[in-house]
Formats: sequence, structure tokens, C-alpha cells
Amino acid sequence: MQKRLAAFVLLFGFWLLLTWSVEAGFLVVGLLLCAFLGLVIGERSPYNMSLLNPVRWFWFLLYVPYFFYYCVKANLDVAYRVLHPDVPIRPGIVKVRTELTTELGKTFLANSITLTPGTLTVDIVGQDLYVHWINVQTADPDEQTRIVVKRFEGLLKRIFE
Amino acid sequence: MSELIGSILIGIGVAFDLLGTIGLVRLPDVYNRLQAATKCVTLGTCLILVGAGVAGGGSMAARSIICAVFILITSPVGAHALARGSHLGGVKLWEKSLVDKYEEDAQQIKRGLQQGEGNSAAARGESS
Repeated sequence: MQKRLAAFVLLFGFWLLLTWSVEAGFLVVGLLLCAFLGLVIGERSPYNMSLLNPVRWFWFLLYVPYFFYYCVKANLDVAYRVLHPDVPIRPGIVKVRTELTTELGKTFLANSITLTPGTLTVDIVGQDLYVHWINVQTADPDEQTRIVVKRFEGLLKRIFE
Repeated sequence: MSELIGSILIGIGVAFDLLGTIGLVRLPDVYNRLQAATKCVTLGTCLILVGAGVAGGGSMAARSIICAVFILITSPVGAHALARGSHLGGVKLWEKSLVDKYEEDAQQIKRGLQQGEGNSAAARGESS
């Protein structure tokens, strides 16, 4: 039931943003549609009510500018490597470990790693992430984990766990 | 005024998209190309959408921001699927690459996948 309610709240918020109108017709259709969809997909959705906790949203709001800072940095990094005449890359796939346990947390971590400087998540197996790194700085796995994963792990832990 | 800011944002976005496509041509292998394509094109396209939202205002802003969020969520997932698929399908890394931990563990991962197909339904039930 909790999962269905959470799915309904998220779907209805999405509907309000998408239609951008408070006319009764839109609201009634949206309510019916979201209630139906919430009932159908609720049990399968990864969300539960704890995700609507304001403390998590506070950390999420902090996470957004933090993420954008690294996203812009990643783009300038790629721009430098692409425009440099020698194409200065030292690529490789490294294996790093994460402490996050929830599926949603790991998904966000993988997405964040992909959009940040020089790294691209290839696969997640259990607690291991295989990350393609365009400029491998060190051969030491602990050091690699520190550089690639720790940047986001603390914040994501507060948001999703 | 908002139209001017919107146009500037769209211009920056197009510039990042251009950088991404240059990367697609210049970098050596699938994985490096995915890096350029994913990062630059995601931010570039999001900036174009935000620019359109700023210029349009109101409902257009809400919709373009929703689209930007969707691109932010889906494009890394797509890149991950492409990279994983090409690696499991046998596409090698560039010959000057330094390490490939995924190759070292590939046999184990493939075995896990074959076993996983049988009981993936059970695993899904467990995790929910």
C-alpha cells in the first residue's frame, strides 16, 4: 500500500507539471489516471514513502548543484581532450566498490559517475562497479575507489538509505 | 530579456553538442567515444531545453525542464547499456588502454548471467 501511495504521489506531481493547469477537468482525469497507474505499477516500483521524507529532499537539493558543478567540469574536460592535437587519453576499465545497497541508490551513483569527469559505468555486479576511465591516474584500487566513487557516495547515502 | 538569455543558453548547448560530435570522430574506441557522446550531448541538449524554457516561460518551462530531467536520467543508462553490450559482445578496448578489469572477470560475469536468467524472477521478488 505504501509503495502504491508513493507511486501515486510521484505520478500526480508529474501530471501537474506536465499539464501545467489547475482546471477541474485536468485534475479529475489526472487523479483517476494516477490512481489507476499507482494501483497497477505500485508493487513493482522501487519507491516507497520514505523517499518523500523532507530530510532526503533537502540532501537531494544539495546534490543537484553539486552534480551540475561536476557535470560542467566533465564537459570542459572532454572538450580539452577532444580539441587537444595529441588527444591526451590513458583509458582503461577499473573495478571499484560501493557501500550503497539499494537499487535506486546504485542506479543514481552509476548515472552520476557516467556524467562526471572522465568516467563511464560499464556494469554493476553486486557491490562492484566496472568503470571505464578515460585518464587512469593510479593503479591502486583503493585510491581509484576514493577518486571515482567517494565524490557522490556520501550524499547519495543520505538521500537513498 | 528572457529571450536573449534563452538564446545564449541554446547557443552554449549547441557548442557542447558540437564538441561531443567532434569527440565521436577523434577518439579511438567505442568506450572513449561513448564518454564524449554521453557527457557533452547530455549537457548540451539539457541546455538547449532549458534555453527554450527560459525563452518560452510558463508551461513551456515546466515541460522543457521535465524533458531535461528525463534526458539526465536516461542518457547515462543508455550509455551503460551500449558499453556493457559491446564489451560482452566482444568489442576490444583500444590497444593502448592501460587496464581492463572487466575482461579479467568477464567469464565469471557471463556465467552469472546464464544462471541469473533461470532465477531472475525469484531475485526480482526478493528485492522488492
